[in-house]
Amino acid sequence: MTTEVSRPTSRRAPRQQIGLIEWLRKNLFSTWYNVIITVVLLYIVTQATLNFVSWMVTAPGWTAAFTNIKLLLTWTYPVDQLWRPQAAMALVLVLLGLSSGLWDGIVRMVAWGAAAISVILGLAAFTFPDLPGQTSLPGWLFMFLCAILLVGGDLLARRVGKRLRWPLIIAWLLSYPAVILILRGGLGLPVVETKLWGGLMLTLILAISGIVLSFPLGVLLALGRRSSLPVIRIFCVLYIELIRGVPLVTVLFMGALLLPLFIPGGESIDALVRATIAVTLFSAAYLAENVRGGLQAIPKGQVEAARALGLNVFQTTLLITLPQALRAVVPVLVGQFIALFKDTSLVVIIGLVDLLGAAQNIVGQPQWLGTPGGVWRETFLVIAAIYWVFSFTMSRVSKRIEDQIARSRH
Amino acid sequence: MSGNSTNEPIIICENVNKWYGNFHALKDVSLRVKRGEVVVICGPSGSGKSTFIRTINRLEEHQEGRIIVDGIEMTSDIRNIDAIRREVGMVFQQFNLFPHLTVLQNITLAPIWVRKKTRKEAEAKAFELLERVGIREQAHKYPGQLSGGQQQRVAIARALAMEPRIMLFDEPTSALDPEMVKEVLDVMKTLARSGMTMLCVTHEMGFAREVADRIVFMDQGQIVEEGTPDQFFTNPRNERTRLFLSQIL
Repeated sequence: MTTEVSRPTSRRAPRQQIGLIEWLRKNLFSTWYNVIITVVLLYIVTQATLNFVSWMVTAPGWTAAFTNIKLLLTWTYPVDQLWRPQAAMALVLVLLGLSSGLWDGIVRMVAWGAAAISVILGLAAFTFPDLPGQTSLPGWLFMFLCAILLVGGDLLARRVGKRLRWPLIIAWLLSYPAVILILRGGLGLPVVETKLWGGLMLTLILAISGIVLSFPLGVLLALGRRSSLPVIRIFCVLYIELIRGVPLVTVLFMGALLLPLFIPGGESIDALVRATIAVTLFSAAYLAENVRGGLQAIPKGQVEAARALGLNVFQTTLLITLPQALRAVVPVLVGQFIALFKDTSLVVIIGLVDLLGAAQNIVGQPQWLGTPGGVWRETFLVIAAIYWVFSFTMSRVSKRIEDQIARSRH
Repeated sequence: MSGNSTNEPIIICENVNKWYGNFHALKDVSLRVKRGEVVVICGPSGSGKSTFIRTINRLEEHQEGRIIVDGIEMTSDIRNIDAIRREVGMVFQQFNLFPHLTVLQNITLAPIWVRKKTRKEAEAKAFELLERVGIREQAHKYPGQLSGGQQQRVAIARALAMEPRIMLFDEPTSALDPEMVKEVLDVMKTLARSGMTMLCVTHEMGFAREVADRIVFMDQGQIVEEGTPDQFFTNPRNERTRLFLSQIL
């Protein structure tokens, strides 16, 4: 019963690309008024670019940021203790590198993003002056070391393999208190009060603490909002809607000014801790809503299939709904983390000196009074660049994660 | 195929009633299924046949009547429900594979987490089942990379991995392209001949005629007629059944 099936041969699709000259003629110089518009705009853009570049080259204020790089990065952290932020960072990056080799996928993308930032900052650090009396590595050397730790950890973990899994998970859990211990001191290390912390270091601590702590809290709130128990659901709805209804500044003020009144001994709580709590509570409410969106997008059949297989409610959530929901909202979550990273600059208002606060202080230093026009333009451009490098890396990582998820689907 | 008829019933449903709001979806449905029996449930859409088989593993809650599966009575006690679900496999119209897991992970998930098998045991069993449904080579792909027919065969393998005593099929071929219906039905036929107790909601009358021990016809939430395929197709007693058969055959 076999019949000959004729197979028509496929042809290539016709070429649709056109050359540059043709494109220009078609899009920019097609009519006389298009020619005029093109020429005028070209003139304006060229002039603006030239002016900007010549200002960049001749601007007197760049030295402000570079001679004060230590203030921008760590603010008033004691110069002779600067090896400690470096050690803390090295610790985290080694763990990240090892995780990258072990878990691959998303973790590797984060690690590569961090390695990329390290190399860029390392190159930039060649222009930084060394501080008198510093016990730490020079900036460029340290940043290259960071990149090496990331890549080295990756390679090492790939060689050692699965045995590293539990030690690494435990190490991650311990890393947060370890970092705080290294930075703050105690157990033999001289104590450095958090009052002295600041700059990029403070921004990163706030942002990473906010992200890491608000993630589990937000997920729990999202699950709670869909709970069948009315008490839990109502509490979660109230919390989310209350926090989403007020600006972050308000929550920061609450943490800084009201918390000490309500909680016994509250005034003794560290200002940095209060800010971290405020940022975490704020971010968790938004995160909960994003995760809820992901949970709602999951077809009912997924839960039915899981329940029919005998998985209990807890297993169904942990293994089926939550992983799918989180994958679906990765771009939104990264967007939220980028926003959180930048929003931490609001802590200036409650007296903490983050990257932005450090920049404001540098601009006001008396030695720049004589500089025509001041140094604020150059200094703020530098910190804008720092914010941008971090945010852009996060957004690239998010793009890669999305691509990877899309590839696993089809 | 009726050699098992002396056994006691593995599923007993007595006067099962269910309402959605004021809509009376199941009206006094009673059915006994013996071990190893293959029962096909058919009927017009909205007749309650899907709702009925979904009450057997409590994806739908019934409000009146008794359901006893393999000696365990279905109550609202979560332990009874979980115990029954472990014994009852289900295959859905929309496959409902877990898109974030590979085929192999889909199949081994429940044996590892519910039956507490080791990964090694579960994977060995999974490969054996994939072999049986003829798609061993797809084990490391994601569901989205498979055709509908292949996905449904994975879904069958996933249900079988729990080593259930009863399999429920809820319109397993309705969402498939016509070219893929046969591959799924072939797997179901093999399963039926291996002695599995099966309850199938389906419109595949060829399948019903070939492997069913009994055909149940439902309309408006009631069982209107039941009998052997021979009786059912050649000599339906009820007017409604005759009308249905005249429209689909």
